[in-house]
Amino acid sequence: MWRVGTVVALHNETATARTITLEVRDWPGHVAGQHVDVRVTAPDGYSAVRSYSLASAPNPEGRVQITVERLPKGEVSPYLTQEVVVDDRLEVRGPIGGWFVWRTQQTEPIQLIAGGSGIVPLMAMIRSRASAGGVAPFRLLYSAREPGAIFYRNELQAFSDHEHSVSLTYAYTRSAPKDWPRPPSRIDAALIANATWPSNLVPTCYVCGPTSFVESAAGLLSACGNSPDKIRTERFGPTGDRQ
Amino acid sequence: MTSDTHDYLDGNAAAGELSKIFTMDVTVAEGQCAHCGATKRFAEAHLYMQCPGVVARCAVCEHVLLRLVSVRQRVFLDVRGMTYLSLDTQLQDSI
Amino acid sequence: MGIISRGFSGRRSTADVKLPPGQYLTTDFPVLSAGPTPQVPLDQWEFTIDDGTNVLRRWNWKSFRDLPTETVLVDLHCVTRWSKLGTSWEGVSLDTMLADLKTDASYTLFRSYGDYTTNLPVKDLRNKQAWVVFRFEGKDLAPEHGGPARLLVPHLYLWKSAKWVRGMTLMHHDNPGFWENLGYHIYGDPWREQRYSGDE
Repeated sequence: MWRVGTVVALHNETATARTITLEVRDWPGHVAGQHVDVRVTAPDGYSAVRSYSLASAPNPEGRVQITVERLPKGEVSPYLTQEVVVDDRLEVRGPIGGWFVWRTQQTEPIQLIAGGSGIVPLMAMIRSRASAGGVAPFRLLYSAREPGAIFYRNELQAFSDHEHSVSLTYAYTRSAPKDWPRPPSRIDAALIANATWPSNLVPTCYVCGPTSFVESAAGLLSACGNSPDKIRTERFGPTGDRQ
Repeated sequence: MTSDTHDYLDGNAAAGELSKIFTMDVTVAEGQCAHCGATKRFAEAHLYMQCPGVVARCAVCEHVLLRLVSVRQRVFLDVRGMTYLSLDTQLQDSI
Repeated sequence: MGIISRGFSGRRSTADVKLPPGQYLTTDFPVLSAGPTPQVPLDQWEFTIDDGTNVLRRWNWKSFRDLPTETVLVDLHCVTRWSKLGTSWEGVSLDTMLADLKTDASYTLFRSYGDYTTNLPVKDLRNKQAWVVFRFEGKDLAPEHGGPARLLVPHLYLWKSAKWVRGMTLMHHDNPGFWENLGYHIYGDPWREQRYSGDE
């Protein structure tokens, strides 16, 4: 059940988030949207387990990526974002989850809505589509506190500029760039109306982020005509002690 | 009894723990709440995981669907809150 | 046991504080919950004592607040390993609430708004060992920490200090509550590290 993953690369996404690339022995492959459980064990045998979405597209090399946000009072995230170095080993269980997934065979319009670190599994979907040469229409609405909190900015820009583009909208909740057309605020009905697929196109929607964000976004999608069975959600939150 | 505080996750968060017992993907499993009869995917259940165990509650009525405690060499499972749980033996789900 | 992760130590305590085995010290107050926070309007709040058949005592919020209270300073030990020392609570002692109650029951099951339950021997409620508390650190007890009122039994693991209490049922047998029937110890003494069923 637990496989050993060796850290082969580290990349800082923001001041507090880091992508860890792991080479996992006997990795069975995964589908975009799935996650892994990561287990770390102290010398006295005490271990902690946390879930992280896979950020990488499926690939044949047995390499997977997770992007970890450092929580100020976290027990595991400070270790993963600040202590871990190349050649360290972590245990992973997975891939996990078959509901919140996007498969390359899907051709319908896809609406992705990310709140903060909820971008991670949605990025796996975008990367998966790209590596399969897919052309399914994708739109991403990515809400974050401020521009410095955005993961994968350059890559998202490239996908947005690409021929079969991923249409990209950022929304900021605490502070926005100078001259940003929308004042910092949470997503609302107006933003959903402007930046997401009209519901009569019957998109499949994926919403990921903290629970309150997901409830709000899913409610807004539902209110403009998307049926609940076309809205898939994944809620992020602490699974260790809530401090 | 209602709550405005969003202190729960969803069935995706518990799937790793549940894989100790379920060999098939539990997130796509359909379950019926024994209290209110609502039928939903397990991924949509409200999961409370910051306590001494895992507690899955019906998203509609909040009654307990399933509880799991994993301590030392033992796993305890209580599924009295579900009338049934139905898992697809084919690996692909339809979208 | 998993492979050791170089450089990971988990939460640790300084050595100069005496804690029950396996605990670490925290200055935060973690919120652990098995369900949504109940919203209980005070004009509907009740605490009852029953014996399974008859209601023996009943208080509403007003009559409960008319009872004599005391302020206590206690240490909290949670089975998830954190300990918080020197916490201040105001509440009504179970000695007061059980005064003049004649019963030959040896055990109780505390019931909460929501569906939480926990069982305790009656003798662990007497002699200044247990309170129904409604103020923490000088302020009204917040809902996320069990407000309007919770049980406080600091000599046992904190899962026994049921949040959002609404009553207790006297029993002749030690019937397990919410966590006790799913792998947790029936009694729960942190100093003997009685976390799980089967622990001595």
